[in-house]
Amino acid sequence: MKGAMTSPPDRPPPTRRIFLVRATQAAGVLAMGASGVAMSPAAPASATPDSLQAAIRTVVGSAPLRDGKVTLDLPPLAENGNSVPLTVSVDSPMTPTDHVRAIHVFNEKNPQPHVMSAVLGPRAGRAQISVRIKLNDSQKVVAIAETSAGDFWTASADIVVTLAACVEEPS
Amino acid sequence: MSSVLVNAPRSARRGDVIEIKTLILHPMESGFRAGANGTLIPRDIIERFTCAYNGVEVFRLALSPAIAANPFIAFSTVATETGTLVLRWTGDNGFAVEETLSIAVE
Amino acid sequence: MNRRQRSAASRTAVAALAAAVAVTVTVALAQTPPGTTGDARRSGYHDMGPALRAMQDDDSANPAMLWVRDGEALWNRRLGAAAKACADCHGSAASMAGVAARYPAFDAQLGRPVSLEERINLCRTDRQKAEALAGGSRELLALSAYVALQSRGRPIAPPDDERLRSYVAAGEALFKRRLGQLNLSCAQCHDDNGGRRLGGALIPQAHPTAYPIYRLEWQGLGSLKRRLRGCLVGVRAEPFADDAPEYVSLELFLMRRARGMTLEAPGVRP
Ligand code: HEC
Ligand code: HEC
Repeated sequence: MKGAMTSPPDRPPPTRRIFLVRATQAAGVLAMGASGVAMSPAAPASATPDSLQAAIRTVVGSAPLRDGKVTLDLPPLAENGNSVPLTVSVDSPMTPTDHVRAIHVFNEKNPQPHVMSAVLGPRAGRAQISVRIKLNDSQKVVAIAETSAGDFWTASADIVVTLAACVEEPS
Repeated sequence: MSSVLVNAPRSARRGDVIEIKTLILHPMESGFRAGANGTLIPRDIIERFTCAYNGVEVFRLALSPAIAANPFIAFSTVATETGTLVLRWTGDNGFAVEETLSIAVE
Repeated sequence: MNRRQRSAASRTAVAALAAAVAVTVTVALAQTPPGTTGDARRSGYHDMGPALRAMQDDDSANPAMLWVRDGEALWNRRLGAAAKACADCHGSAASMAGVAARYPAFDAQLGRPVSLEERINLCRTDRQKAEALAGGSRELLALSAYVALQSRGRPIAPPDDERLRSYVAAGEALFKRRLGQLNLSCAQCHDDNGGRRLGGALIPQAHPTAYPIYRLEWQGLGSLKRRLRGCLVGVRAEPFADDAPEYVSLELFLMRRARGMTLEAPGVRP
């Protein structure tokens, strides 16, 4: 079908595109190619806040999660969810006795909540990692740092993901 | 064909924190995407990245399908001694790529 | 969404689109500041947020550089029946400085304009005596990215070549012609509504400053031709055949429209 859009990875059934058409009609702006997203009945449901919490618990266990020490750098708006730059840095001296042991990132709405887990130590010198992630929708992203003392610190950020226009059919 | 791009200093002073930036060509096919005929495209991702400094692992990353295609990974390590950094990406379908960097530390 | 719902959604999108263009065109006219004399042209680079601009600016973070690296290897590889590398005839790639800034150019032998990709392929077939590379292939993109990089920072400088005149005119006419089921011209979006939003996406002014580009939507490198094809599909027009002269005419017109703007290839775009 002409005018179909490519489905970026991890994109769930295209309910959001239908929504986009309706919303934009009201707003008097436009949505192109809102039809014809290849959609699979087999596509899994997206992660929910519940499965996000469950995934976080597999890492944290029953330990308390505290806000602070972690900085999650994520643009407030992504022009395309296929590749969103993300940097996590943690306030830590990174000494043999006081350092960050691991940095984890989770998201709320992709089919799978886990994004990445980095294992580091005092030899990193600095508790910081940058990657690029896929986000299938506007959502919350959560970063968690695990320290050598066994504490867990966290930060989260909300991001708006817009759709690309003028995309080709998948070839 | 080369498919890796690594940026790291070739020399450093002992104790400096150096940043290593890497890019690698890879589709990171999530396994959650439907192809043209409606069936899921099989997962094909890099699952793990490691950096060993003179044989000792100093950094490790576990990647899920939510990491973008052509993964960019930037991390840091302390320049401790002259030697080599071995970067290794491994994943589905036997994917394994290794890149060795040398660093002079004074 | 089933087929019927899909075409219903599509019809409403078309209607919304046509109405919105009518509205925004009026608004655009009303808002044009009086007495603006400066160059109002802006590269799509400036329409991107700081994160994507940073991705383009840092060669160790710009994924297009993965292709550039392959292009460099290909530049130096002897191949074909002539067993010649590009480097054997052209020397260092620095000899290509400025070339991408003045393509498409007229090819006397073919008697028509050729794009940079076509020009590279002519050297493949005629000079290296090797098989032509497929349009959009990894190798051709790698070579064009490597050649285009040599012109980074230079102004776009299309040649004043009499023989190109009719092609440029054809490109301009095409740019202004309404196309596709949406019945929209390139100019209606890119001249009249550049800087406004289309759904979530910002409509750029469509200057070919960064090609080939790493487009996040593609998750890979692609040519200007591929980008144009995307806009044709976007207005629900049947894209031109892959070897159709329309593409090179549009490219010629776009390069003239962007004359003097700075080349930033290989760029990043959403
Ligand atoms: C056997 C020698 C030879 C080889 C090998 C060769 N070229 Fe060329 N190339 C030429 C000559 C001669 C010209 C200019 C004359 C012409 O063909 O019109 C040219 C022109 C070009 C131009 C246009 C330059 C301009 O100023 O308009 C480009 C771009 C180019 N070559 C790229 C390449 C690339 C990339 C390769 C390798 C894939 C390559 N060439 C291999 C001989 C060669
Ligand atoms: C309905 C509006 C619309 C029409 C009509 C349209 N385009 Fe576009 N075009 C866009 C949008 C939106 C983008 C940016 C896409 C994105 O970022 O997702 C774009 C991007 C481009 C770009 C890339 C600019 C850059 O910064 O790299 C070029 C070139 C272009 N269009 C040319 C054309 C040509 C030529 C035509 C006519 C054949 C055309 N467009 C028709 C909306 C349109």
